[in-house]
Formats: sequence, C-alpha cells, structure tokens
Amino acid sequence: MEAQGLPDLSARHSRILGTGGRRGLVLSTTSTVVVLAVLVVLFLLAPGSREVRHTFFNPTDMWHAFIGDPKLGYYSIGEALWLNIRMFVVAEILILILALVVAVIRQSTGPVLLPLRVVSTVYVDVARGVPLILIIFAIGFGAPALELRIISSQSAAVYGVAALVLSYSAYVSEVYRAGINSVHRSQVAAARSLGLPAWTSMRYVILPQAIRNIIPPLLNDFISLQKDTALVGLLGSIEANKAAELYSDATFNYSSYAVAAILFLILTIPLARFTDHLIARDQARRLAGAGQ
Amino acid sequence: MGRTGQDASGGAWPGFADPADALRIEGLRKSFGAHEVLQGVDLAVAPHEVICLIGASGSGKSTLLRCVNLLETINAGTIWLDGQVITGPGVNQNLVRRHIGIVFQSFNLFPHMTVERNVTLAPMKVLGLSRAEAAGRAAELLGRFGLADKRADYPDRLSGGQQQRVAIVRALAMRPRLMLLDEVTSALDPELVADVLDVIRELAEGGMTMLIATHEMGFARDIASRVCFLADGQIVEQAPPAQLFSQPSDERTQRFLRRITDAGRM
Repeated sequence: MEAQGLPDLSARHSRILGTGGRRGLVLSTTSTVVVLAVLVVLFLLAPGSREVRHTFFNPTDMWHAFIGDPKLGYYSIGEALWLNIRMFVVAEILILILALVVAVIRQSTGPVLLPLRVVSTVYVDVARGVPLILIIFAIGFGAPALELRIISSQSAAVYGVAALVLSYSAYVSEVYRAGINSVHRSQVAAARSLGLPAWTSMRYVILPQAIRNIIPPLLNDFISLQKDTALVGLLGSIEANKAAELYSDATFNYSSYAVAAILFLILTIPLARFTDHLIARDQARRLAGAGQ
Repeated sequence: MGRTGQDASGGAWPGFADPADALRIEGLRKSFGAHEVLQGVDLAVAPHEVICLIGASGSGKSTLLRCVNLLETINAGTIWLDGQVITGPGVNQNLVRRHIGIVFQSFNLFPHMTVERNVTLAPMKVLGLSRAEAAGRAAELLGRFGLADKRADYPDRLSGGQQQRVAIVRALAMRPRLMLLDEVTSALDPELVADVLDVIRELAEGGMTMLIATHEMGFARDIASRVCFLADGQIVEQAPPAQLFSQPSDERTQRFLRRITDAGRM
C-alpha cells in the first residue's frame, strides 16, 4: 500500500516509502493512515469480532499471561522469552562455528581429508533432510533414555539447543560454502602464488570476503532460528510458546498466544530490518564499484 | 623423471645447456580437457635475462606462466628453478612459490585489505617477518614506485595503473628470484600503461630475471634480452628482439608480425 507521487528523478528512493518528494510523502502517509483506519473499522464491525477480540486480544488476559502467576498454574511469558533468547544466542554461536568447520572441510581438496569430507557431506545431507522436530524429539527424549551420566542429565533446553545446532549447522554450512564459492578464483590464485598455504589463504583472503557476501542470508537463517526456539517447548521447557500454552490450558483464553507472537515479532522484526539495510548497503556498494 | 639435459630437443639457443640457468623448461605439456594448450615447450632463461613471450591470444603464453608458478598442474615435462626440479611429486609448492613472483592481467589485489596489508601479508605469514619488518619492506618498495601516499588506501580507491603497481610491489616484497608478468598492461587504460612499463623497465635494469607475456611489441623490443614467439603450443622461434622483429625466420612469426604491423601496433 504505497502512494505514487509525481515522478521526481531527484527524489531518494526507499522501498517502503516509495518514490516522490515531500508531496509523495504526504500522499503516502495519508493513504497509509486511511487504509489502516479502514482495516481497523472493518475488523471491529466484522461478524464475530467481539468473540475474536475476547478470545485472542483480551487486554486483561494478555497482561496476566505476560506477568504470569505460578499459583494459578501458569508462568510469565515475558520471563519465558528470556529462555528463548538465551537458547538462540548460544545456538547461534555454536552454529556459526560448527557450520564453518563443516564448510571448510567440504571445500578442502587434500587427499588426506577425504574421510572427513565424506562424513561432512553425509552429515549435511542427513541433517537437512530430516525434520527439525524429529531431531528435537530424538535428542530430547532419546538422550535421557541412554542413562549416561553427563549426557542424560541435562535440561530440556540443552537438548533443544543441541538439536537446533545439529539441524541449522547443516543449512548454514551451505550458506558458508556458497560464500566461499562467490569469491573469484583469481583471489585464490593470487594468494597461493605468494606462497600462502591453503589454510592461510582461506583464513586471510577467502573467508573475510566470503563472510561479507553471506551476511544477509546468514541473518535470514537466524530470524528463522529465533522462531524455532519455540519448538523446544515441546520437550517441556518453559519457553514463551510453552508458557502461552499453559496459560490457555488454565484459563481457556488464547490471548496468551497473541502475547507470545508479539514478543517474537519484537525480536525478529529488528533483525529483518537490519538484514534489509545490509542488503541495500551492499547493493549501493556494488553499484559504486561497478561505476569505476 | 627420466629426462635430463642430454636428450633435450630444440636446444638451438646457446644458453640452453648452461647449468646455471635461472629457469629451465623441458618438454612441457599442458591440456585443458581435450585441448592441448602447450605441446612440448622448451626454454632456458639465464640469470638477469628478460624474456618476452609474444603470440596470438590463446597461444598459451598465460598458461606457460601459470605452469611455471605451479598454479596449473602440468601433464608432462620438467621445470627447474636455479637447477632444482620444481615439478613432479614430492615438491613443496608453497616453498617454490616464495621464490617466483607473478603479476596478473587483472591485478587480483585483495579488496578487503589496505595497500600495505596486501603487501605485508605474505612476508608476515610465509616468511615469518614481524609486522614492523614487513611494513618497512613495504614502505621502501611503495616509496620506490611512487605509491608511498597510497599505503592506507583500499585497492578500489586506486587507478588501474596504481593497482597494478601495487600488485608488482606485492610480488616483489617476497624478494623473488624470478618474476612472471602476465599481460600486466592489457587491462589498463592507454594513459596508465607507461607508468607500469616504467616500473618493469626499472626492475630489468636492477637485474631481475623476468618472463613477460605481452602484447606491447614496442616494449618487448625495448626491454627484452630475447623474444619468444609462441604458436600451436610451442615456442616456434626465439631470438634477440632486433633479429626477431626485423628478420623473423618462421613463416608463422612473419604472419603474426605482419598482422600486428597492419593493425598499427608496432
């Protein structure tokens, strides 16, 4: 929903605001406000609106779900979200490391590393091909059943993070690989011609350029990862989604899900905007580079 | 490994049998798929010699240089650097490459590093120089080639000619025994060519042994101790420039030089 002002070649172009100068801005703002107002009025007047609002957007329920009350059998979604954030941060760091190792091994050419290359390839195929929820169940319920001292005595959140790392590292390693392949072969030739060994040229010449190229797709995967931390609730961890479920179980009101959804949006939308910003900046830089 | 100097064919050039050759190539063959680009190249380069390789596009000049730098795996033949075999199994390629500098047509500077870092990376990581030592070496070379004020710039801020001079400095910082120049002026705007050629001329005067693939016939005539004409995957004729350019003996050389003259490039 964007208004198109009179064509103005000098105007700055923004994907959200559209083209046009001051006049364009006024037009787009007006049309946005009008459209939003119409949507709100339609929502309020639609048949069943009262019931929908009561069940999903009841302010009292939303507040109670947000702050929680353990005596009544439900937990604060706000606090539960903190677990999602911690799981996300730990998983992200481990994924970045594991995926890089896998990608570098798969890109290696030395004959001695062949067995590692085979293992890495099989791992990526399997971890990408199996549903994430299956990996979560297999580890979350399977590891405790092993009755091994350290492996079987962790919290559900730890198993959940392990499953997320296993699954996402496979995807992210492919992103890394695409990035490594995006660096022109002549850069490898230049590095090796100076006598730099394979790993040194990877470390100082190839990877820094590769990672710059893959930051947007990496962030995209992390937006997805932030949401998928909710799946760990299936193992019994009180994360935001689980807390919302417990609230609805106790009160038969589903406003708690709206709270959890809003909290997830507050986490993911800034990351999405940041990704857009980086893509736009990258495009500008490429254009500037091509102009030389 | 059965090849020695004794059964070398095509040893027409007197320097060929000299054991003190800086570089010696015998029976070099290289194919890409079914296409054999080099079909038995023999060449001997004495220390301080400047060899210019000329020939049509696709005649194998670049491939020959890349083979000498071990960037391409050769299919047959032997290459010696200062009397040591550098091809075949058991050769430490990284060690060999330290001693052979190569400069590419498209510069291939590292775009994410400053000029100084481009120049100091290999001396630090390969030769183990300290940051200060490497920076000193870089400053000296950059100063010598008029790039002192570009030290902290990134490559995309430089003109093509400046980038190519940085690429030469980057190779020189390793103090190579042999420099390979692969059509280093072909990607430059005409007004920037002279700067780069001056740098190469200075290197030649300083006694650097060089193997230069070039389309600049005037430059080759000026600077080369010997000019080699490549065609059909072989060196079909080699002679000092005065002789090769005025009295080419091979029919293919004559045809090539006539085309160059007709195009107004001589």
